Amino acid sequence: MKRVRIDHAEARSRPIPGGDGREAQPRGPEIGKRGAVDHAEAGRRFLAAPEHAAFHDRRLWDIREKRDREMRGIDEWEALRTLASDIKAHVLDTLDTHLAAFERAATANGVQVHWARDAAEHNRIVGAILEAAGARSVVKSKSMLTEECGFRDAMDARGIAVIETDLGERIQQLDGEDPSHVVMPAVHKLRSDVAAVFARTLGTDPDNHDPAYLAEAQRQANRPLILEAQAGMTGANFLVAETGAVVVCTNEGNADLSARVPPVHIVSAGIEKIVPRTADLGVFVRLLSRSALGSPITQYTSHFRGPRPGGTMHVVLVDNGRTARLAEPGFREALKCIRCGACMNTCPVYRRSGGLSYGATYSGPIGLVLDPSLDRTRYATLPFASTLNGSCSAVCPVRIDLHGQIGRWRRVLAGEGRTSPGKRAAMKAAAALLARPAAYRRAVSAFGAALPHLPRFALYGPHNIWGRGRELPAPPRETFHAWYARTGGRLP
Amino acid sequence: MSAREAILAAIAAARPAEARPLPAVPAWTIPLERRVAAFTEALLRMGGRLLAPPASRSPLEAAQAWIAARAAHGPVWSTVPELPATRSPDPAAAPHTLADLEACVARAAFGVAETGSVAFREEDLVVAASATLAQHLLVLLDRSAIVGGLHDCYARPEFARAHYLVLHSGPSATADIEGVLIHGAQGVRSLSILLTDG
Repeated sequence: MKRVRIDHAEARSRPIPGGDGREAQPRGPEIGKRGAVDHAEAGRRFLAAPEHAAFHDRRLWDIREKRDREMRGIDEWEALRTLASDIKAHVLDTLDTHLAAFERAATANGVQVHWARDAAEHNRIVGAILEAAGARSVVKSKSMLTEECGFRDAMDARGIAVIETDLGERIQQLDGEDPSHVVMPAVHKLRSDVAAVFARTLGTDPDNHDPAYLAEAQRQANRPLILEAQAGMTGANFLVAETGAVVVCTNEGNADLSARVPPVHIVSAGIEKIVPRTADLGVFVRLLSRSALGSPITQYTSHFRGPRPGGTMHVVLVDNGRTARLAEPGFREALKCIRCGACMNTCPVYRRSGGLSYGATYSGPIGLVLDPSLDRTRYATLPFASTLNGSCSAVCPVRIDLHGQIGRWRRVLAGEGRTSPGKRAAMKAAAALLARPAAYRRAVSAFGAALPHLPRFALYGPHNIWGRGRELPAPPRETFHAWYARTGGRLP
Repeated sequence: MSAREAILAAIAAARPAEARPLPAVPAWTIPLERRVAAFTEALLRMGGRLLAPPASRSPLEAAQAWIAARAAHGPVWSTVPELPATRSPDPAAAPHTLADLEACVARAAFGVAETGSVAFREEDLVVAASATLAQHLLVLLDRSAIVGGLHDCYARPEFARAHYLVLHSGPSATADIEGVLIHGAQGVRSLSILLTDG
């Protein structure tokens, strides 16, 4: 296996120092008192592992910079984003027509199309296909939808082994952990963490942390499993209505192996993956890998329109909350998402808290928007894990107004009384103060005058969550109002 | 109500009075005279290799030498009629029986200059899995079959006909462990291209 120094696929463009292998990997969140994921607590533990935290932050920012380099290389980049957003807008408004067209085309190609209202129905359908095929194991490529559906656990209960074939996803499966990122499932792990997982599960040398050695060990261990599996599964990046094509993008080639080696190929796809025409792929394929990883295209962009000779192919079209979101005007546009992860790579909160700390299938900005509609109680705190800086919206290839939607979720959750008593009291006090401009100005100038003289224990005590982990900025000498009253707005 | 009916009914109920229109997609492209150079540049960036035989040697001779070198390590499957190798391509071969292939040699249906990609359909490979299970891949690509950009690519008729079509851009790769790039994740460890004329 060859290690190289160029930067396609998800590779970094400059070396980032990792750790010395002694720091333990931070794990996922606890469930707090109110039944909600405690993202802040998990985020604190992530930051308390400085080697992991520093690597994670720099690795994702490196990918964000590579994405920017690709963007600057294409004059029509902003026009492509607008086109992608407009195509998806049309699809959302006419989804039933395009799904029916896809079904017709796929059926004509010899594909069996199934429909599932929710995760349980998806798992039942796929389980039945696997059992009818006599499959005791299924090899699959990465699919966020099957993560949503808790698919591996459901098959476990039926005695069917699910084998992830993507390296990062396999690392996470062997470690009993969820993926922490939509395209880089193990991005929160250092090589020493992977070495420990593989030593335990694949019998590799625990002292050999070389990524080339570890990746080769996984390739060698997975090959026989791919060759003997009676069924394979993939997700779908796009479903083309006019041709019935299922498009899957990977760098490893594992979707082609999963779909074309075993006799049965099952595709799990969310209903929003539709694009009307083959020509639309020109727009989306140009945007996807450039936004996700800063590479021009994935190494494999595979188009499946029918079973392999002598085999069968199934497509399961899954709703699982998507039609409910379609009916909510405020959150409908989030269904445009193509799962590139650019919003996660750019998000300062995501980069410094790690994907596991969200305790959800989807983390980062898109997670804050998608997760609460799946479980209001469990994910009630997630929309607050954002500074609303808007960087996510600025990089989104389909122009989802992510920070606007995050703000909207805060209003919904606060309106439903799902925020903590402390936050409610603080917001009430702030509202009272902000409603009275004179009182607000007096408070600001009194606080500004007092700030330089207050002792640290008064400023950085437990009441001030903004003082945790960061220094307050130096206060200006006078407020804007005081300056304007003194000078009449004239600059010196 | 079946799941199909329930889902379609829920979508219909959420349908706005007036649907936003489907925009036309312009065909941004790369001019003909720059295509081969752009293809080569993109291919190298994606981790692919370009075989550049000296003028004294024909492309076929270069391919034969490549095949001979690989054949020392294991069976070579060639679907190019003028380049016989050591394993005759058999459309009835079960995919898992191709796992011992050292190399696969095939002619691409077309190439894409923007991304350095080559396109294969099942018929180009005889058995699709041959190109993924083999350790190394040699691709013959006609210079005249290189289209400009991905928009030109998706205007090709193959997308409406082929049951399998892969755009292969460099070898199989991963950087899932600390961003260290490794060739030969689950698919081929190397991809070499030999440009031909007509």
